[in-house]
Amino acid sequence: MAVLRPARGGSAPRLTRLMCVLLLVSVSVASASRDVAPGNNETQRNPPGGPQEDPHHQTNSSTAHKKAFPVLSFNYDHVRKPFEISLWILLALLMKLGFHIIPRVSHVVPESCLLIVVGLLVGGIIKAIGEEAPILDSKLFFLYLLPPIILDAGYFLPIRPFTENMGTILVFAVVGTLWNIFFVGGMMYAVCRIEGAQLGSVDLLSCLLFGSIISAVDPVAVLAVFEEIHINELLHILVFGESLLNDAVTVVLYHLFEEFSHAGTVSVGDALLGVVCFFVVSVGGVMVGAIYGILGAFTSRFTSHTRVIEPLFVFLYSYMAYLSAEVFHLSGIMSLIACGVMMRPYVEANISHKSYTTIKYFLKMWSSVSETLIFIFLGVSTVAGPHAWNWTFVIFTVIICLVSRVLGVIGLTYIINKFRIVKLTKKDQFIVAYGGLRGAIAFSLGFLLTNSEMKNMFLTAIITVIFFTVFVQGMTIRPLVELLAVKKKKESKGSINEEIHTQFLDHLLTGIEDICGHYGHHHWKDKLNRFNKAYVKRWLIAGDRSTEPQLISFYNKMEMKQAMMLVESGSAAKLPTIVSSVSMQNIQPRVPVRQRAIPSISKSREQEIRKILRANLQNTRQRLRSYSRHDLMIDPFEDNVSEVRFRKQRVEMERRMSHYLTVPANRQETPPVRKVCFEPEHKVYTYDDSESPRGRDSQPHPSPPDAVSLLNESPRRPNQSSTPRAQGDVELRAKAPDEQDEQDQLKLSRCLSDPGPNKDGEEDSSFLS
Amino acid sequence: MGASQTRSENQYQDLMDKTGFSLEQIKNLHKRFQQLSGNEDTISRENLETIPALANNPIRKQIIEAFFDKRNQHQNEVGSLEEIGFEQFLMVMSHFRPPTLKTTEEEREAMRKEKLRFLFNMHDTDNDGTITLVEYRKVVEELLSKSGAIGQEAAKAIADAAMLEVASTNVPHMEPDDFYEGITFEHFEQILKGLEMETRMHIRFLDVDTTTMRCGKSTS
Repeated sequence: MAVLRPARGGSAPRLTRLMCVLLLVSVSVASASRDVAPGNNETQRNPPGGPQEDPHHQTNSSTAHKKAFPVLSFNYDHVRKPFEISLWILLALLMKLGFHIIPRVSHVVPESCLLIVVGLLVGGIIKAIGEEAPILDSKLFFLYLLPPIILDAGYFLPIRPFTENMGTILVFAVVGTLWNIFFVGGMMYAVCRIEGAQLGSVDLLSCLLFGSIISAVDPVAVLAVFEEIHINELLHILVFGESLLNDAVTVVLYHLFEEFSHAGTVSVGDALLGVVCFFVVSVGGVMVGAIYGILGAFTSRFTSHTRVIEPLFVFLYSYMAYLSAEVFHLSGIMSLIACGVMMRPYVEANISHKSYTTIKYFLKMWSSVSETLIFIFLGVSTVAGPHAWNWTFVIFTVIICLVSRVLGVIGLTYIINKFRIVKLTKKDQFIVAYGGLRGAIAFSLGFLLTNSEMKNMFLTAIITVIFFTVFVQGMTIRPLVELLAVKKKKESKGSINEEIHTQFLDHLLTGIEDICGHYGHHHWKDKLNRFNKAYVKRWLIAGDRSTEPQLISFYNKMEMKQAMMLVESGSAAKLPTIVSSVSMQNIQPRVPVRQRAIPSISKSREQEIRKILRANLQNTRQRLRSYSRHDLMIDPFEDNVSEVRFRKQRVEMERRMSHYLTVPANRQETPPVRKVCFEPEHKVYTYDDSESPRGRDSQPHPSPPDAVSLLNESPRRPNQSSTPRAQGDVELRAKAPDEQDEQDQLKLSRCLSDPGPNKDGEEDSSFLS
Repeated sequence: MGASQTRSENQYQDLMDKTGFSLEQIKNLHKRFQQLSGNEDTISRENLETIPALANNPIRKQIIEAFFDKRNQHQNEVGSLEEIGFEQFLMVMSHFRPPTLKTTEEEREAMRKEKLRFLFNMHDTDNDGTITLVEYRKVVEELLSKSGAIGQEAAKAIADAAMLEVASTNVPHMEPDDFYEGITFEHFEQILKGLEMETRMHIRFLDVDTTTMRCGKSTS
């Protein structure tokens, strides 16, 4: 418990103490309940002669004396399995919660380490009670815990850096892993030959098998650690991509060595078959995934009438891809990645915004739960599993793993740099080598071994390596990254300028390549894009979006995001502040052309935006109404504040709405900050008002002079086209608060230039469904 | 052969110093230049326009124009040429060299500025030092030109939004009567800071002789 208790006072230690108590109690309940269950079974097995109050016995009660109707009965057996599973998951998540409440610990120690420690503790407690702890069953791991994490990673894989560095990633994944396997296997065999180590029974094939288990970099561990250190995109994608793509190599060699460790020898023919098998496994896995991905994309084309089940299609098709690949012993991970990558661009063009959010949140949620459970179970299994500790074997394994990783990375980078344009520096190499963490996949593969005498020793060594990499390397990588001043990930808010220039650059570089006359990277990418646009998109994307150029869809997406963000942040009681007063007036040419300063978007998109705004406005209106009615009760000082706030809110809302709807231009209706904020993909977007561009320094001025300043603002817009709104503003201020709402309602419904709510039925109810 | 070879070697040495290409790369590019020009000494716009692969490129005109733009020749002249020789061809190509492991921080900065300058020149067609809204609109229109009629209105809207973004990042507070003239080079640098131009704007220049490999493919 000392680990969880911080040094400072405050509510945090109380909370942790509470959670420790909770943990103890629930663990005891969980294990004690397992006593009750066999207890119940025993009573059932007792001779039924005795007059028992046993509620399980649905015996004929006509002859037996009538027992009292059981008001309260205990039937744990009925719900045992789901109960225990839920309890474990709940425990895991409470632990995760706890870590983030203790601020200091979570900065120093990565979450994975803490979770393993918790698992160790829980395992220890269970063992102390005398119960049998659950172990990380391989089937549970591979079929239920691993897919969500991989799907989350694959679906949100940043495609551009991945494809740009594909060559490097493949070399690291395939050649690097092969090198690791053979080096570790060979060296361990040499170690086993040492006299006096009692390892004589371990033959070469077993060592190679061991090597194949321990050598693969683990995606779960890499994700868990790298996500917290925010290094630059290139390094992240290199290590992460390697951890995903080395699955094929691991699968093939593991099966190969396992088969032949029984036979005893491997012939050349078998080795050749192994090579063929590798290609089959990897290419086959990718193809299976791609097929399911296309199916998923095609299905999403028709879901416009059943928006609610859209996310399910994504999940199910991906899971089926994984399972189908596993049926044929193909690489399930590669299949899952291929499915996600293939599906994503088309599905995202087809599904509604809510479905997109649902998919994102569910994937993050499931992968988070899975990760937590994996690490906790790893800890529990460590305590539970039978161990056979052999000093030589374990120590040498750890050392040799490290050495082989470093050598592999250095050697391969030397070769790769000859082909790369942007070379990998020494710092990059160090991070790639240091980031090669092992994790639960190695443990599960080791667990699947059938030979029991060496299995325990192998498992012990595997666990030691996992602990070493996750704890030592995981904890020290963050300070090392700081120390070496490795480039961090820049918080890129997608800007329309960057997107324009990215596209421009693509075309420019393709053109220059064509002038130079050789078919390079850009040429093929351009060809693929054109093929995609001409043939594939037409089949897989519904409606007119199939012909939408990428720039336009990007722009629309951002406008939508900003609209939603503004509306959301505006509906809380925060005063808007003007960050940038630049508006369309400032950049339009001097010619007094009465053209629309408002970007024109397609009709249906416009309708959608209008619906969101209206819906939120309704909420706000209701809230505002109750707000103001409530406020009338309090003293006049506060009344002024809320009234001012209320007015400012409405003003802001109107301004925003007029910006996005089709009204004549040349008014200062644009929102203050025009730079669209586009959060990076992996961050879960929370509508936290404190982060919205207007949320900062928006302290309500608690003085009546502010009402005056509000009045002063409106004259700024008098010389604009006269709509009822502008006048309405000035009028409204003169009215009493309760009447304001009604006026507000009328004005706003008149000002909305759409025909009103009757049209809802025929519209695509993508947002309000 | 011997005399002309040493003469061309000297020429190449000169070019190597000026542009930074290696000897092999210059030789390959020279072969390509000969191909494009039909074994003449200069190429004109027509030579470049006849490259078939360029036909699908939406910004074809701008790219070709960039080759004939005097501003890209690093000689502080303005205007455009009618024909360019091999040296000018190389000068334009040198904008697309990647940084190496040995490039220092200052050299990278200079490289980035140079590449951004190239892009800026492509947009600023009237050479007044700023990219006006009209010019920017043209850029976006050209980008979307291969997408049919839907591009027109949307292009204007996108260009407007982009311009607004530049203005609001660089000059946050403007009075309603102020007018943002156009994107200056400093503002241009500022908004494209995140793209790390020196690592993105480059192509692979071949070091090996590929004439034998190219048989039948890209002719002229």
